[in-house]
Amino acid sequence: MSDLDRIIPETRAAKNCARSPRDFGNALPVLNEIRHALERLVETGEETRIDLSGMPFGPGDLDRLTAWLGKGEVTATVEALGPTQIQETAIPGVWLVDYRSGEGQRLTLHLEIAPVPELLRPQPRDLAEALTLLDARLEEDQGTPPESS
Amino acid sequence: MNSAMDFLLWTKGPMFDIAMVIFAVGLLARLVEIFMLGRATNYAEPRATEWLPGFRTVLTRSVPDPGTFQRAPFNVLVGWIWHIGFLVALLLFVPHVELVKGVLGISWPALPNPVVDVFTAVTLFSLVATLVHRLTHPVKRHISTVEDYLVWTVVFLVVLTGYLAYHRLVNPYPLALGMHILCAEIFLIILPFTKLTHIFTTFIARWYNGAAFGRKGVQS
Amino acid sequence: MATPIPEKTLGERLRDHGLSRRGFLKLCAATASMMALPASMVPRIAAALEQARRPSVIWLSFQECTGCTESLTRSHAPTLEDLILKMVSLDYHHTLQAAAGEAAEEARLQAMEANAGEYLVIVDGSIPGPDANPGFSTVAGQSNYDILMETVEHAAAVIAVGTCAAFGGLPQARPNPTGAMSVMDLVKDKPVINVSGCPPVPMVITGVLAHYLTFGRLPDLDAYGRPMAFFGQSIHDRCYRRPFYDKGLFAESFDDQGAKEGWCLYRLGCKGPTTYNACATMKWNGGTSWPIESGHPCLGCSEPSFWDGGGFYEPVSVPLTANAGTLLTAGAVGAVVGGGSAALAKHGVKKADAERQPVTIDELEQTQ
Repeated sequence: MSDLDRIIPETRAAKNCARSPRDFGNALPVLNEIRHALERLVETGEETRIDLSGMPFGPGDLDRLTAWLGKGEVTATVEALGPTQIQETAIPGVWLVDYRSGEGQRLTLHLEIAPVPELLRPQPRDLAEALTLLDARLEEDQGTPPESS
Repeated sequence: MNSAMDFLLWTKGPMFDIAMVIFAVGLLARLVEIFMLGRATNYAEPRATEWLPGFRTVLTRSVPDPGTFQRAPFNVLVGWIWHIGFLVALLLFVPHVELVKGVLGISWPALPNPVVDVFTAVTLFSLVATLVHRLTHPVKRHISTVEDYLVWTVVFLVVLTGYLAYHRLVNPYPLALGMHILCAEIFLIILPFTKLTHIFTTFIARWYNGAAFGRKGVQS
Repeated sequence: MATPIPEKTLGERLRDHGLSRRGFLKLCAATASMMALPASMVPRIAAALEQARRPSVIWLSFQECTGCTESLTRSHAPTLEDLILKMVSLDYHHTLQAAAGEAAEEARLQAMEANAGEYLVIVDGSIPGPDANPGFSTVAGQSNYDILMETVEHAAAVIAVGTCAAFGGLPQARPNPTGAMSVMDLVKDKPVINVSGCPPVPMVITGVLAHYLTFGRLPDLDAYGRPMAFFGQSIHDRCYRRPFYDKGLFAESFDDQGAKEGWCLYRLGCKGPTTYNACATMKWNGGTSWPIESGHPCLGCSEPSFWDGGGFYEPVSVPLTANAGTLLTAGAVGAVVGGGSAALAKHGVKKADAERQPVTIDELEQTQ
């Protein structure tokens, strides 16, 4: 439940500092970009990644964007080179992927417009090695190579 | 290193000083000369006062009478429009107000940028219209001199480069801003030696005319 | 300390260190972010990084304050920064290396010899030029100029880190007592990349290294030799306070309502319009904030001559040296000139009056 809180901790402070609700900022253009990306995904299946850490956001912009996108049903964590938190937004196909270092600092924050974020899928070369890996495990357990049984 | 930033700093530094000095020396030399030479002493007994009719003429000559407007509506209308636009951009644009504050220490309120932007755009169009009119109107064309075209070019460039710089249409920006400042400096330099001096002499001349009328008791 | 070019590729090395393929993908995503490349480039970066090899890097510090090294070593993503630094073989760096004295200098010479033509040289700090007193700044008894020229001779490229190395910076500010020059003033026959800023955004330093590592070539540069990806747009164009400039809403002092509302800082001297840097997007201190977000105008630290480019709190439009005194003096001179010329003219008229010889009609008729 608190995943979103963890996704946007830095900007919380900025929001508290903000004196009044603002009607400006760079969240809206990104929302338009997401809309176009979603259109492409629906029509051609083309996936899009948007690097949110490279956006000229002002205080509160990221908060507003994530609030607009809302929270979906799926949350996932990938443990590789530190935790990566993946949160489906309320818009199916739009994912927030928060790359963090082992110390919990954000490396980058992406929006992925895809059926499944790439990081969740097994990597093709890992998949190629999957069968060998499974066989090796079976062999370890039963002492017989599975092909010969 | 010949870079855009060096160019900008040159226009903001030594070149600005040079332009300002030439402007001040030239303008004051001309004004003082005009005042000191004055007119021949009028020994006739004055029929009325000079001051009030003088100021009245400053006003009446600024607002065209219906006859003038009917004869040359373009001159009156477009002339007014671009003069106002130019003055608004010159005096009420925030960076210009800051410039005057930085140099002279005096300041006044400015207009929001988008408002100045509209005035500038209108001024640009009006200036182009004045050139077209000058080139197509037979009489105007006949009486136009090289100086007229020179002054038009400098004024137009000042406004145009300002517009380009504000909208950041030239890259890198220091180059755009430097060009605008340089054009403004050329404007300052030629001001005392061309018809641009009217910026400072028009109202004096109008007052003088009115005062002369007043002295003679003629309607001003 | 100097390592010959390692035979293993970066992908292999990282897997040897126990990095999974997902971890590698994540590294690539972070690297793309760091290089200011679109996230769509991640697969290409992954393919390139997989095959990359570790370059040797020699870091030379001249007339500098170590702020650039501080910026880099305190960059906000220690894991990532660590990884990038692992990707290069940092063979010489005064401040960071363990070796001292002769051993340190030996490390530099060894690295140069082992990687001739392929190593990268990073420079921070400006250099007293060839005509300046070489004693102004020396390392191990050798002048900065000599060390730079010697080291650069067989380098693949030079990265000038910080405004001092890139443009001369503070040491070059008037009156430039040490005859300080920038790297690109001195190095003409090698590619020079300028990563300006005082200090530069740490991610930009590592970003340039990552770019070289990833693509094996230098990034696209602007007119000042700065990577376009980071210096392609002005602070003003990317500033989140830009809408206030456009609306004409300005803070006029540091504590007025405008400042509290977060309005544009132009009138408080912001050099954002003339400054090109990545602060607005990369930000500082782990993406926490950046000067303008903290309510302070941009000083323009990544531009040439920023120390001599007018007061930090003077708006961009204010001239550097002109003042009311100059104007008044010039006006007074003008008045004297005008007065003099008018007096001369009057004098001429009077003289003509005085010397006028009346002519009668008879005389005129006679002359005809």
